[in-house]
Amino acid sequence: MTRHETLNLRKAKIAGGVATDRRHDSAHKHVTGEAVYIDDMAEPAGTLHAYLGLSEVAHGAIRSIDLTAVESAPGVVAVLTAKDVPGINDISPAGLHDEPILAEGDVQFLGQPVFAVIAQTREAARRACRLAKVEYEEKPALIDIAEVEPQGARLVTKPLMLARGTAAEAIRAAPRRIKGRMRVGGQDHFYLEGQIAFALPGEDADVTVHSSTQHPSEVQHMVAHALGVPSHAVTIEVRRMGGAFGGKETQANLFAAIAAIAAKRTGRPVKIRPDRDDDMTATGKRHDFLIDYEVGFDEEGNILGVDLTYAARCGFSADLSGPVTDRALFHCDNAYFYPAVRAVSAPLYTNTVSNTAFRGFGGPQGMLGAERIIDEVAFALGKDPLEIRKRNFYGNGNRNVTPYHQEVEDNVVHRVVSEVEKSAGYAARRRAIAAFNAKSEIVKRGIALTPVKFGISFTATHFNQAGALVHVYTDGSVHLNHGGTEMGQGLYVKVAQVVAEEFQIDIGEVKITATTTGKVPNTSATAASSGSDLNGMAAQNGARQIKNRLIDFAAERYGVPQEQIVFLPGRVRVGNQEIPFPDLVRQAYMARVQLSAAGFYKTPKIHWDRDSGRGRPFYYFAYGAACAEVSVDTLTGEYMVERVDILHETGKSLNPAIDLGQIEGGFIQGMGWLTTEELVWDGKGRLTTHAPSTYKIPLASDRPKVFNVTLADWAENTEPTIHRSKAVGEPPFMLAMSVLHALSDAVASVAGHKHCPRLDAPATPERVLMAVERLRAEA
Amino acid sequence: MTAIRNEIRFLLNGRKVALADVRPGETLLDFLRLDRRLTGTKEGCAEGDCGACTVLVGRLSGGRLVYESVNACIRFLASLDGCHVVTVEHLKRADGSLHPVQQALVDFHGSQCGFCTPGFVMSLYALWMREPQPSTQAIEKALQGNLCRCTGYEPIVRAARAVSSYGEAGADPLAVERAAVVAEIEAMKDGARVEIGKGHERLVIPAGVDDLAAVLEAEPDATIVAGATDVGLWVTKFMRDIAPAVFIGGLEELRAVSEEDSVLTIGAGVSYSEALPHLAVRIPALGPLIDRVGGEQVRNMGTIGGNIANGSPIGDMPPPLIALGARLTLRKGKERRTIPLEDFFIAYGRQDRRPGEFVEAVHVPLPDAGTHFAAWKVSKRRDEDITAVLGAFNLALNADGKVTGVRVAYGGMAATPKRAAAVEAELIGKTWTAGTVERAMGAYERDFTPISDTRASAAYRMLTAKNLLKRFFLETSGAGGPLMVSRDEAA
Repeated sequence: MTRHETLNLRKAKIAGGVATDRRHDSAHKHVTGEAVYIDDMAEPAGTLHAYLGLSEVAHGAIRSIDLTAVESAPGVVAVLTAKDVPGINDISPAGLHDEPILAEGDVQFLGQPVFAVIAQTREAARRACRLAKVEYEEKPALIDIAEVEPQGARLVTKPLMLARGTAAEAIRAAPRRIKGRMRVGGQDHFYLEGQIAFALPGEDADVTVHSSTQHPSEVQHMVAHALGVPSHAVTIEVRRMGGAFGGKETQANLFAAIAAIAAKRTGRPVKIRPDRDDDMTATGKRHDFLIDYEVGFDEEGNILGVDLTYAARCGFSADLSGPVTDRALFHCDNAYFYPAVRAVSAPLYTNTVSNTAFRGFGGPQGMLGAERIIDEVAFALGKDPLEIRKRNFYGNGNRNVTPYHQEVEDNVVHRVVSEVEKSAGYAARRRAIAAFNAKSEIVKRGIALTPVKFGISFTATHFNQAGALVHVYTDGSVHLNHGGTEMGQGLYVKVAQVVAEEFQIDIGEVKITATTTGKVPNTSATAASSGSDLNGMAAQNGARQIKNRLIDFAAERYGVPQEQIVFLPGRVRVGNQEIPFPDLVRQAYMARVQLSAAGFYKTPKIHWDRDSGRGRPFYYFAYGAACAEVSVDTLTGEYMVERVDILHETGKSLNPAIDLGQIEGGFIQGMGWLTTEELVWDGKGRLTTHAPSTYKIPLASDRPKVFNVTLADWAENTEPTIHRSKAVGEPPFMLAMSVLHALSDAVASVAGHKHCPRLDAPATPERVLMAVERLRAEA
Repeated sequence: MTAIRNEIRFLLNGRKVALADVRPGETLLDFLRLDRRLTGTKEGCAEGDCGACTVLVGRLSGGRLVYESVNACIRFLASLDGCHVVTVEHLKRADGSLHPVQQALVDFHGSQCGFCTPGFVMSLYALWMREPQPSTQAIEKALQGNLCRCTGYEPIVRAARAVSSYGEAGADPLAVERAAVVAEIEAMKDGARVEIGKGHERLVIPAGVDDLAAVLEAEPDATIVAGATDVGLWVTKFMRDIAPAVFIGGLEELRAVSEEDSVLTIGAGVSYSEALPHLAVRIPALGPLIDRVGGEQVRNMGTIGGNIANGSPIGDMPPPLIALGARLTLRKGKERRTIPLEDFFIAYGRQDRRPGEFVEAVHVPLPDAGTHFAAWKVSKRRDEDITAVLGAFNLALNADGKVTGVRVAYGGMAATPKRAAAVEAELIGKTWTAGTVERAMGAYERDFTPISDTRASAAYRMLTAKNLLKRFFLETSGAGGPLMVSRDEAA
């Protein structure tokens, strides 16, 4: 039987078009273990393994490096130090030349790579690393940002200020004023697949690196710089990552550079994969923040003026700390209108690992400042925080200008929040909780409903572009490639759905291929929730180019006007006849029609002037709301999330099943950040929570006991995004603020809801218990 | 003279494996991935905490074949002698169709990045064979040792509930082929001592307990490896040399639980999972506590004897066992001595175990009817976390409500598991009232000066330790509302 005979020419609908539930394209390979991650790839004969030697002090000058024992250890082939970097010893993504591949002269954090060992086996390389004798002249190390005054402190990058109106005056003139400080912890990505790179040397200066990266183009540039070769000599490929969450946006650069240098030096394939402990010690995390706030408000709970300082522990280099702290300020309002506002960032230098991108990218920390302010106002006035939230929401058409002077044009926060309020039965449950707490001596319950408004677009405008490559083969099957990377979020399947929809062919006819710099160049990181928005549009553009050529061809061949050519499921109607898609493709090929296209997209409308703090950095906003109820043991601080109700809007979802997974998963990850995930550094600057034994991400048994998640079926993007969908990667993460505030509500009950618990994050059982004790003392 | 064999033998999926070249510290995971190129089993953490490396190990227990989930990353290859190792590659049917567990996960969108997925498949496979219609709590318990960073677990739990609608556990190949596998394993067991390697780089699997005693007398410095949930990390994290190593996990004689005269005797090789049904029935308060020790994989591997022998100040079993008045039998050669468990812990990292001696069994007196016993663990995360504070209380009251006997022991409060002597002294002979308890809470500073570390501050430890006594009092006397949060169905 030929392929053509299997086609159903009367089919009403293709399999796997847009706006349908579609399983992850690799799901069947995930469950069988057949999905290939980089460490699973067959190693060519002669493959070597690299391992990193890390700094043992947080800050110091390297006095001497004695590697003789390392070099003579069994299996060792080569040892690399900074002087062995053939090109530029720098992988600063900010272009500030502040991040060496291997330390030179000084080390600036405990865990900084100092040398690399190349050996026959990974174990041999790892063992040999321990034989190094490195002497340091220790210098004073700055570990904790609570020790520094933001004013006059050393910064890793230029701070940002956003201002609208005169905040100081508004606060001074306000009937009520509160000032406070909030501490927000960082977060390790804990991608299940750790960092890894596998470099294969080619002829001339060429090298191909399989890198677990969200940003193949940047890895390409970094490897090229490190080798001192043009970008054309370097190809980066990634089929899939075992999780990333921002942790492989810039942090993969180091490993790819080491593997490539070692491969070119030895002429053999080289793989590098750190142990989990070293991965967590040597790679960046979510920034922890100190938020100083002052709010002026009236007796009704209207916020009149806000002043905020967001100080972040950035680590020893800039990395992405500039845009991360910027995004914190962009979300210092969450969904609330500030009549007058001043917000400044302080990206602080510290002798810790350089913090980096993590789902939300500063936005979550920014929003927590806003939500703390809401709590402060509510407790000061003895009102329900939800009332204060609703009172201060952005308006529609008025009260709609953000601190960065962008108008909020697509506001649906009122509807989202009121629907959750109803579906969760908020008012009745608040009463029931009050009754429960009155009778329950030890266990106290709490509830909170918090909104999310998250800005979509890279705030660096030029990143908002994407490319795709679409080939249609003569049998009608389609090869799809684009600049986006697959880290589990389902980007590949979504973009394939877009292409299937465009050609009206089953998704099985579309082959999803590994992201590689050789096919689509100059790509942006798959980050900022932008994957489907950008790559979906680029792929659609590529498919449309081919489609238009097919239309032109068919119009001419069959002598029908173009508007009478319609792509139907599996076939094309040309005038009065229907031609199977593969037949038309074949005919076009015979007529020498180009069946390959490079698609391109750039986001319209956006612009941003950082110096003036004005512009439209975001194409649109994504909205959601969550209501959480918790129970807290006031003897130990232990707690349980009893129930969570979420309504999230993803526009007209490309794939509701995938989007639901992003919402559920993002929420739980956010809950981990705000509850049990605690990063602890000791006085020497050593991260002591460097493995899952000590760093506790949520388990299945930490899920809310009742977890109702709904996609807003009425939603549609007001902007012409890909099939009117919305980005969904990051926004749901911040729905977890509801858990922190529900804990805060439970704690507040021990003092009659008259004192703001000022519960910092992560709200570990210890922090919760200490807040209970503090409030009891205040009451 | 004991017969000696110079290879280990086991079944790997459908094949027999005999290995004469095994290093003492070689892990099952490295063997699978590097030697056999079975790359479906992943390394996520190399310390038995994430579950990406979960495989099933089938072993004979009292003649019955039991399949348990284990962490291949910290499971030593040598410990698999006479076992059946099942990896994710074994699940797909010959016709290419997916196993019920796999199909359920696909259909419920249970994977995103997919890296943790093979581990979840294996944990759910073990659960499904044991409990085809699991409750939500049973699913959560089976998944305590599996981390997923993408899905938030909800779709995985949904899939787990649905597995039985995709197939029948009784018709699963591992169920159907049980007799054949038992026969193959029986055929491997020749009663010989296994010795592999020469000189220092040597490993021994004794033929039995008497043989173990002989081996240790000859080699008192050998590393004793039982469940390897601690020793595994010495190798994977600290790259310590554990040779010569003596593997005792397969010794059936050490895996017995017996009861005589109201004393439960637990062999040193009894895993948490094996001990659980006995302890949970005879000492109900220990059931929920054991459920919070490690994850399922760790409970399947880790032993109660090992938890005692390694002397950790934060081991979860010593405090309750001390509170119960447990005694420990140590053996050297043919000689045995039995000591109060609390005397075994001398100082941090120092136990009363003499060269050539090994822990043989622990004897746990069952609490009398009418006494009150409780043991509670406090940790940052509820499940699969290391203890911050663990308090255990054993109280006898007379008819007048006077304290006639009390034993209070804590973990996480000192350099060893420790009894709260001053607190006990405040309680003994007093009437069990809120006031008495309040006064006893003032005695904690005389017993303990806890430290601050990654898991908790000294202040939190002290406060929580005292509050656990308060909880114990409320539990015996009643209070308004629940005494602690629970994972039971939402109210």
